[in-house]
Amino acid sequence: MDLRFTPEEVAFRDAVRSFCRSEIPAEIRRKVSEGRGLTKDDIVASQRILNAKGWAVPHWPRAWGGQDWTPIQRYIYTEELLQAAVPLPQQFNCYMFGPVLATFGSEVQKERFLRRAANLDDWWCQGFSEPGAGSDLASLKTRAVRDGDHYVVDGQKTWTTLGQHADWIFCLVRTDPEAKKQRGISFLLIDMTSPGITVRPILTLEGRHEVNEVFFDSVRVPVENLVGEENRGWDYAKFLLANERTGIARIGLTKERITRIKRLAKEMPAGDGTMWDDPAFRTRVAEVEIELKALEITQMRVAARQGRADSVQPDPASSLLKIRGSQLQQAATELLVELAGPFALAAPERGAGANDPPGGFDWVDAAAPSYFNNRKVSIYGGSNEIQHNVIAKGVLGL
Amino acid sequence: MDFDFSEEQGLLRDSVTRALADAYPSLERRQARIAASLGFPEEGWRSLAELGLLGLPFAEDDGGFGGGPVETMIVMEAIGRTLAVEPYLASAVLGGTALRLGADATQRARFLPGVIDGSLRLTLAQTERQSRYDLHDVATTARRDGDGYLLDGQKCVVLNADAAGLLVVSARSAGERRDPHGIGLFLVPADAAGLSIQPYPTQDGGRAAEVSLSGVRIGADAVLGDPQNGLPLLARTVEHGIAALAAEAVGSMEALHALTVEYLKTRKQFGVPVGSFQALQHRAVDMMIALEQARSMALYAAMMVEAPDAAERAAALAAVKVQVNKACRLVGQEAVQLHGGIGMTLEYIGAHHFKRLAMIEYQFGDTPHHLRRVAEDGGLIAA
Repeated sequence: MDLRFTPEEVAFRDAVRSFCRSEIPAEIRRKVSEGRGLTKDDIVASQRILNAKGWAVPHWPRAWGGQDWTPIQRYIYTEELLQAAVPLPQQFNCYMFGPVLATFGSEVQKERFLRRAANLDDWWCQGFSEPGAGSDLASLKTRAVRDGDHYVVDGQKTWTTLGQHADWIFCLVRTDPEAKKQRGISFLLIDMTSPGITVRPILTLEGRHEVNEVFFDSVRVPVENLVGEENRGWDYAKFLLANERTGIARIGLTKERITRIKRLAKEMPAGDGTMWDDPAFRTRVAEVEIELKALEITQMRVAARQGRADSVQPDPASSLLKIRGSQLQQAATELLVELAGPFALAAPERGAGANDPPGGFDWVDAAAPSYFNNRKVSIYGGSNEIQHNVIAKGVLGL
Repeated sequence: MDFDFSEEQGLLRDSVTRALADAYPSLERRQARIAASLGFPEEGWRSLAELGLLGLPFAEDDGGFGGGPVETMIVMEAIGRTLAVEPYLASAVLGGTALRLGADATQRARFLPGVIDGSLRLTLAQTERQSRYDLHDVATTARRDGDGYLLDGQKCVVLNADAAGLLVVSARSAGERRDPHGIGLFLVPADAAGLSIQPYPTQDGGRAAEVSLSGVRIGADAVLGDPQNGLPLLARTVEHGIAALAAEAVGSMEALHALTVEYLKTRKQFGVPVGSFQALQHRAVDMMIALEQARSMALYAAMMVEAPDAAERAAALAAVKVQVNKACRLVGQEAVQLHGGIGMTLEYIGAHHFKRLAMIEYQFGDTPHHLRRVAEDGGLIAA
C-alpha cells in the first residue's frame, strides 16, 4: 500500500506537465481556463500538437497510435492536461469512435479512419440521443433499411455536440424493427456531407452553439460503413458509454478551477480586504477541495483496479466517479459565480464603445455562463439519475 | 391573522396577471420585447402606467393609489411568473421607494407625477467596484460646491440605467470609505454633464450599466433627505428591493415548478411517464417545499418591510433573502435536471426562469452575506 506516485510516475507527470505548458498555445489555455468557447481551429490546433507527440490517443492500441501506458499513467496524463487547461483530445474521435472502431471495426475501416481521427483530419460527432430516446436510449427510432449495397437512413438525432464542425457522425440506427429494443440496433458511420442530412443548431443556456439536431431524410449509406455485425450495435454502444464515463470525473478540471478561484479571490475586494480574507468563503472552497481529494483517491483506486488482468468489464464505480465528479465540477462554477457576486449579472455582450468590464473585472461576465453551461454535466453521458440506477442494480443488487 | 387578499387586492392580482400574460404569451414574444432598444418596449411601460401599477406605492395625496407592500408583492409575483422585463424593480420599487421615503414636498411635486404617469423612469446607482453587497461601502464622493454638490465616482451594475431619466446615487459627503455615517442619496438627471452610462444586457434578459460620474454638478434641491445620514434611507430602499425580489422569485419558481411537474407527467421514457419514478417524484416534492417556504418568506417580507424597528426589519429582510436564495438555487437547478437536455436550451422558457432565479441570488446580497447578517444580529429567536 502506497498512495504516492513511484519515481517513474513522478517523472512522467513532470514531462506531461512541462509539455502542456510549453507547447500548447497560452491563448487556447486561457480560453479554456476562463470558460470561454473554443473555435474549431483551437481544438484542431491543440490536438495536432498532442498527436505529433504521440499523445492524442495514448489509450488506443499501439498499432493505431496508442502508448501502452498503465492506467495510472493515463490518469496522470488526463489530469495534467486538465490542470494545465489544455483541451482534452476531441472526445468523440478519441474516446468514443476510436476505441469502438479499434475493437469492433474491420481492418479496412481501421485503416481508413483511425489515423485521420487521431489527427482530427476528420471530425466525428455522436448520433445517439433522439427526441424520444434520452435516458432510455434503446428506444431510439432512427431507421436504416437495407437497399442493395446501401442503407437508407431516416430519422432524427439530437444533442449532437459540435455537430456543426463534423465531417462524420457515428450513429445508432434501428435495422430490425421487429426485434426486442436493444437487439435491432446497428452502429453506422455516416458522411455528414451526404445528401438528405440537415443540421439545426440548438443554443444552450449560456447562448452558445454547442449542440445540434441532425435530421436524416432518405440518406444513403454504403453498407461498408456498418461497424461490426448488423443488430449488434447496442453492445458497441455500451462499450463506448462505459469508456465515456471513466473520464467524466474531470478531477483535474475542478482542480484548475479551484486554483483559479483562489487566485481571483485574492484580487476581488471585499470589506477591508479581499474575498480570500473572508473565512466563510475560504471554508466553502475548502469543502470542495476536501471532497475532491477523496474523489481523486477513489479515481486512482478505480484506475489501479483497471490495471489488473482479471478486470475486463467496465467498473460500475465509473458511475460513482461520474456522479460525484459532475457535482464537484458544478460546485466549482457555483463558487466562481459567488466570487463574481453582484457583477455576475452582466452578460458578455457589451455594446459598442462600452469597453469597461463590470467593476473593471474582465472575467466576471463569463462566470454565470460557465455555471449555466455546467448544468449539463449531470445530464449528459447518462444522467446522474441513470448512474444511480446503475450502481443500485450493478453494485448493490437492488 | 389573515393571509387572504382583500377584494381590491384580488382584483389587482387578476388584472396584472391577465395583462402580463397577454404581453408575454410565449418565449418568442418575450425575446421580441427584449430586442427593443432599451430592452423592453415603451408601450409595455405605458401599459403598466395605464393599469395604475406605476402609481401603486405612492400616497393618494401624491397622485398615487396608496398601495403597500402587499400590492407590490402581487405585481412582482406576476412579473416573476411571466419573466416580464419592464424595469418595475429598478424604477417603481427602488427609485420609487427612495423618493417615497426620502423626497421633500418640492421634490415630490416635481418628480412624482412623471413617475406615476410613466414619463419619468428611475433607478438606484449604489453598487461599487469594492462594495459587493455592503451599502455603507461608498467611495463615490459628494463634495460641497456652492449650495450644491459635485459627484465623482463609479457605480456598477446599475439596473436599467439606460432607460432611466433620474438616477438615485449614493455618494459620500463625509467620512471614510466604509463609514456608515457621511453617506447621502442624490438625484442625478440622466442628461447631467459629466455622467456617462455604459449599458449592457444582463444574464437574465434584463439590462444594466456601468455609470461613471465625473464632476457631476447638482443643486441643493437634488439632495434626497439628509446628505450626511442617508444610509438608513438607502437601507430601507434596498429592503423594499429584497421584498420585491422575493415575490418575483416566488412567481418565477411557481411557473418553473408547474412546468417541471407537467413535464414529468408527459415525458415518456422506458414506456412510462418519467414522473412515475419515485426518485423524481420526491425531488419534485422537495422543489414544492422550497417554493412554499419561499412564499411564506415573501409574505413575511411584505409584513416586515414597513416595520418601525430598524434592527428587527433588517434581520427579517436578511432572513427572507437567505431563504429565497436557497429556494432559487434548488428549484432552478432541479428543474433543469429533471427536464434533462431540454432544460439546457434557450428554446425552452424554463431555462429562462432558471437564469433569472440564478441571478436573483446575487442581487442585493447573496446567501452568505445575509446569513452572516442574521447570525451577527443574534438570529431571529430571542435567546
